[in-house]
Amino acid sequence: MAQVSLNNIRKVYPNGVEAVTPSSFHIQDGEFVVLVGPSGCGKSTLLRMIAGLEDITDGTLKIGEREVNDTDPAHRDIAMVFQNYALYPHMTVRKNIAYGLKNRKTPADEIARKVAEASALLNLDEYLDRKPSQLSGGQRQRVAMGRAIVRDPALFLFDEPLSNLDAKLRNQMRIEIKALQRRLGVTSIYVTHDQVEAMTMADRIIVMNAGKIEQIGTPEEVYHRPASTFVASFMGAPPMNLLSAQARDGSVHYGDTVVTGCNGTEGQVTLGIRPEDILPDDNGPLAIHVDIIEELGAHRLLHGSIGDDRLTMHVGKDTPVSTGPVSVSVKPGAASLFHHQTGQRL
Amino acid sequence: MSDTTPAALAPAATAGTRKRRRIRASDIFDHAVLIAGSALMLIPLLMVFQMATVPDVEVIKTGPTFTIGDQLDDNFNKAMFQASGFSGENTGSRMLLNSFILGIGFAVGKIVIGMMAAYAIVYFRLRFATLAFWVIFTTLLLPLEVRILPSYEVVQKLGMLNTYQGLIIPLIASATATFFFRQYFRSIPEELVEAARIDGAGPVKFFIDILVPLSRTMIAAMFIIMFVYGWNQYLWPTMITTEEDMFTLVRGIKQITQVMEGNRIPEYGRANLLAIIAIIPPVFVVIFFQSWFVKGLMESDK
Repeated sequence: MAQVSLNNIRKVYPNGVEAVTPSSFHIQDGEFVVLVGPSGCGKSTLLRMIAGLEDITDGTLKIGEREVNDTDPAHRDIAMVFQNYALYPHMTVRKNIAYGLKNRKTPADEIARKVAEASALLNLDEYLDRKPSQLSGGQRQRVAMGRAIVRDPALFLFDEPLSNLDAKLRNQMRIEIKALQRRLGVTSIYVTHDQVEAMTMADRIIVMNAGKIEQIGTPEEVYHRPASTFVASFMGAPPMNLLSAQARDGSVHYGDTVVTGCNGTEGQVTLGIRPEDILPDDNGPLAIHVDIIEELGAHRLLHGSIGDDRLTMHVGKDTPVSTGPVSVSVKPGAASLFHHQTGQRL
Repeated sequence: MSDTTPAALAPAATAGTRKRRRIRASDIFDHAVLIAGSALMLIPLLMVFQMATVPDVEVIKTGPTFTIGDQLDDNFNKAMFQASGFSGENTGSRMLLNSFILGIGFAVGKIVIGMMAAYAIVYFRLRFATLAFWVIFTTLLLPLEVRILPSYEVVQKLGMLNTYQGLIIPLIASATATFFFRQYFRSIPEELVEAARIDGAGPVKFFIDILVPLSRTMIAAMFIIMFVYGWNQYLWPTMITTEEDMFTLVRGIKQITQVMEGNRIPEYGRANLLAIIAIIPPVFVVIFFQSWFVKGLMESDK
C-alpha cells in the first residue's frame, strides 16, 4: 500500500521517438487509476516504466517514499498482471503462484499458507495441481491475479489483463478485479484501451493520446466535462457529437439556432453534445434527419444528419421513433464547448 | 494410417456383396517404391547379420548366403569380451563404453554450450550479439576436417591425447545447437521473461527454473541428433586415440578386419557382429526420444 508519484516522467527510445512526453501525476494510497487511450498512445510504456521493465529517460518516479528510477523490478514491491497472463507453462498453478515467494526466500510453511489464502480468494482450490494449459482463459487470468496478490505488493499493475477474454467473461472479471482491489486496498494502475473498462473500474481515469496526458479526472468528470475534443470522442460509446458552431452575444449558434448559452467566448467554437443529451422535442429548435435506427433493447441510437454534420442521439426504449425529420432540443447546461482549432475545452 | 481405416472398414460393413476396394495402379506403384526403399535399407543389415553367424572361412569362401550358421554365440563372445590388439584392452565392451562416453559427453556438451551461447545472444543486450551469432553460425562452414591439424596440435600440446577430455572437448562447440536454441528462445514470449523479472528471478534462476524446463523437448531433439553424430565420429577419435583402451566402436571395428597377417583370415564374424552392436544404441536413442524429437522440432506454441 503506497502512494505513487510521477514527476515529469519521459520516455525517448534510442531511435529518437518520444513515446511519453513529460508526464506528472500523483496516485493516492489505495486508489484505482486507469490509464486509457488508443493503441500506441504510450500508456503501456508508461506502465512498463513504473514496473521497471523500461528505463525512464527523464523525471523521477516514487513508489511510497522511495525513488525507484534505478531499482530492479523485483525490488520495487510491485506485482504485474500481463495481457497474455505470462504464466509459466511448465509449472502447476500452485508453483506459478508460489514462484515469486520462493525466489524471495519465504519459508515453505508461509508460502503454503499464502498460496492457500490466495487460491481460496480466487476460487482456484481445485485447480492448484493443474498446468496452465489445462485451464480456461478466465481461470488463467485468476492464476495471474493470484500470482500478484500472494506477494502482498505495494502496487498492482495491470496491462490490458482482460483483452484476451470473451465479452461476457470480461464483464464478470471486471467486477471481480474491482471487488478484489477494494477488498485488498492495494494501490492499482490499470492500462486498457477499452473506455468501458476505464469508466466502470476507475477511481480516476488518465486519458492519454500520442504520448501525452489529455485529462486526469474521475470517470464522471472525464465523461461530462471532457478536457478536449479527443477525450470527448474517445470516451463514451457512441462518442460525443462534435459540431462546429458560432459563439456571439453570450450564446452559441448552430446555423441560425441558439443552442446554449456561453460567456466570454466569441467566434468559431466546437460544440460537443453527448447523444443522451439530445432530446426529442416537438417544439425543439433543431431539426435532425434520422436515417438509421440502431435497436439496442434497453435503448435506441438514432443516427442522422443536421446540416452538413453527422449526429447520433440516444433515446429510451419507450420513445416512439421513426426515420425522417425529427425536432430535438439540447438538455440545458449539457453542452461542452471546445476551441475550434486546439480542441481544448473553453 | 487413420485415414485408410474408414475405407478398409466400409467393405466389411457391406459384407457379402462384392464391394472390394479397387486396387489402383498408383497404389501398387507407391507400395513398390516403399518396399524397394526398405529393402535397400534392410538387406545389407541382414547380410551382415548372416555373415556374423557363420565361420569366417565360409565368409571368404562363399560370401553372403541364405543359411544362418551356428557361430553367433561364439562371435558374440569374441566381439564383446576378447581383445584383438597388443595390450588386450580393446574388448568390445570396453569400446562400447568408450563410444557411450563419447556420444553422451558430446551430446550433453553441445547442448550445454549451445544453450548457454543462445541464452547470452537472445536475452542479454550485448553490443555485438547479432555479429557474434553470425560468427558462430559461419563456423558451420569450417567442419572439423578443415581444421584438423591445428586442432590436433592444440590437443596434443595440452596433453589431452588418449583422454576422454581430448576426445570430447574440441568437438562440443556447436553452431547447429546454438542456432536451434536461439530460434527456440526467440519464440518464447517476452512477457514470460518480464514476469520472471518481477517475480525476482535473476539471470541464473530464469535459465534454470524457466528456460531449461521449457526447452526440454528441444533438448531431447538435440540430444538425439548430437548423440548419433558423436557416436558415429570416426576421424577425430582415430587421430586422438592411439592407446587401445581408448578406442571407440566405430574406430575399433576397422582394426579387427585389418589384422591380416600370415595365413590368418580376418575375423569377419566378429567385426560384423560388432557393427550390428554399434548401431543398436543410436537406434534405441532415436526410438526412445522419438516423440519428444518430433515435438521439439514441430511445437511452436509456448
